[in-house]
Amino acid sequence: MATALNESERGAQTHPDITSFSQVNRDILGILARPGKVWWILFLLSLAGVGLFFGAWGRVVVQGIGVTGLMSPVGWGVLITTFVFWVGIAHSGTLISAILFLFRAPWRQSIYRAAEAMTVFAVMTAGLFPLIHMGRVWHGYWLIPYPNERFLWPNFRSPLLWDVFAVTTYFTVSAVFFYLGMLPDVAAARDQATGWRKKLYTIVALGWSGTDREWHHFGKAYVFLAAFATPLVLSVHSVVSWDFAMSIVPGWHATIFAPYFVAGAIFSGVAMVITLTVPLRKIFKLEAYLTVRHFDAMAKLILLTSLIVMYAYLTEFFMAWYSGEEVERTSFWNRLFGHYWWASWIMLVCNGLVPVLLWFRRVRHSIPALFVISLFINIGMWFERFVIIVTSLSHEFMPFAWGVYRPSATEIAILVGSFGWFFFWFLLFTRILPPVAIAELKEVLPPPKRGRRKEAVSS
Amino acid sequence: MSGSKQGILASYDYLDSAVEAIESLRRAGFSRKAIRAYAPVPEHDLEHAMGYGQSPVRVFALVGALTGAATGFALAIFASTDWPLVTGGKPIVSIPAFVVIAFEMTILFGALSTAIGLFIATRLPRLKPLVVYDPEFTAGRFGVYVAAGPERMAEARRLLEEQEPAELREDPEGVANA
Repeated sequence: MATALNESERGAQTHPDITSFSQVNRDILGILARPGKVWWILFLLSLAGVGLFFGAWGRVVVQGIGVTGLMSPVGWGVLITTFVFWVGIAHSGTLISAILFLFRAPWRQSIYRAAEAMTVFAVMTAGLFPLIHMGRVWHGYWLIPYPNERFLWPNFRSPLLWDVFAVTTYFTVSAVFFYLGMLPDVAAARDQATGWRKKLYTIVALGWSGTDREWHHFGKAYVFLAAFATPLVLSVHSVVSWDFAMSIVPGWHATIFAPYFVAGAIFSGVAMVITLTVPLRKIFKLEAYLTVRHFDAMAKLILLTSLIVMYAYLTEFFMAWYSGEEVERTSFWNRLFGHYWWASWIMLVCNGLVPVLLWFRRVRHSIPALFVISLFINIGMWFERFVIIVTSLSHEFMPFAWGVYRPSATEIAILVGSFGWFFFWFLLFTRILPPVAIAELKEVLPPPKRGRRKEAVSS
Repeated sequence: MSGSKQGILASYDYLDSAVEAIESLRRAGFSRKAIRAYAPVPEHDLEHAMGYGQSPVRVFALVGALTGAATGFALAIFASTDWPLVTGGKPIVSIPAFVVIAFEMTILFGALSTAIGLFIATRLPRLKPLVVYDPEFTAGRFGVYVAAGPERMAEARRLLEEQEPAELREDPEGVANA
């Protein structure tokens, strides 16, 4: 079984350096045991971010929404931008875990657990932003349709309410998908753990024991959940885009918005997966699991979605010019050369120009290069949402109603702090739950077979 | 099941050993209900040997999804007519707008119902661990458990031993078969 493979055999396998089922358990469950210095440094940094996040939010709660830079006409600023950013980040997790599962893409196994965790935590982060933006967060429950003594109901014709349904559904379904998919792996952790971890995993694993009955129904349920998650992920960012596209604001009112947002979401999300998995691979020494092949596949996905996003940008500019509509034209002229010109150019360079490098195999196979490119894309995609939201609002129909919005320090603190909040959960996840899918990874390995020869048992 | 049954659990290092053990047990007339297989990964060979048909989970998925669609439309239509306020010059019951709500509810109910179906079909969560179980099953071993009356125990044991198990454990009370 553990004989050395020659080069052609290596190329045919997804994980040439993993030879046995028990090695997977040792390597992945080993991560849970040893934190290492780097992990602690990152964790403390993220804790500081969490403090910043809630401190700044506390300021909004105590002093009111006036501590942000929001004004008329720009009523949506950094907070809504960051909401869209985090919802977008979430999307590629579901893409990798559900859509690529349905398409039987063989490279998803190593990364999908981390990507799925990213989805859940990114939606957890995103979901806070409408509440922060609301200012009076204690009225947040008004978003939910519930019978009340005033017989008031939310407006079901409003895309903002669709958003409430889409995002809460997305969070619930992706959390269920994440949890159920993890049951066999938590059981694996349970069977080798001791002490408090044993108790924790025993509860979390729900008594999973890998019986034929469990696997049979689990396989079917997983397919159905993936089939539910696939249209869901496409719908969520479409609904988010309709928050904008359903209005008549120049720069927002476009039919291209839904596919454009979905492509952008996957683009930014895959970049975030790279941003997360490169350090994960380094810190926990997962080189055998996250191979160059996986990063190459993700890079190609980024390249494809970058082209779609760039195409959407150009279409927007073209349509503004071709429509002959004066307001639309000045709005897009303002994007490139107006007050927020720098944001638009950061967007175009980071999302359109930098990913061009990925045409080269050398770049796709260089992990440091991919990491740096992924950071550029994260920045670029945040600015894309900023450009769409803020420049459009600041430059609507009437010249006397134009205005300039400047984000306040509190908003920036919330933005920075949200990364702390996200990484806090993600870092905790890498230490408590197996960050690489153990059972699914074993599925792509050749199963141990006795064959005709009855070899001695290798332990 | 009845207390008169006994059980025996074999752990194998190889997938084909487990598959062959199940096949020989089935040939010898042990019913599917009497056999339980354990595996670290879903294996088609094992499922095939056990002779599985359709999973009832699909019914849960369908019923959940349809219930969700109906609930979504019902909620939106009821709430809009209960507080009939015209916005944007749209009709009170704006079906195209409500499709979005119904769509999300379809997915939500469908996914949750699938999860419930999974729990019912697999009889999870099981709060007490299986008494006869080998922790190696989640690591790399494959297992076959057979329940039988005392008169057939010797035969079951012989068939399991033919495939050279790494470990063989008796379950004299038949507790694992509950």
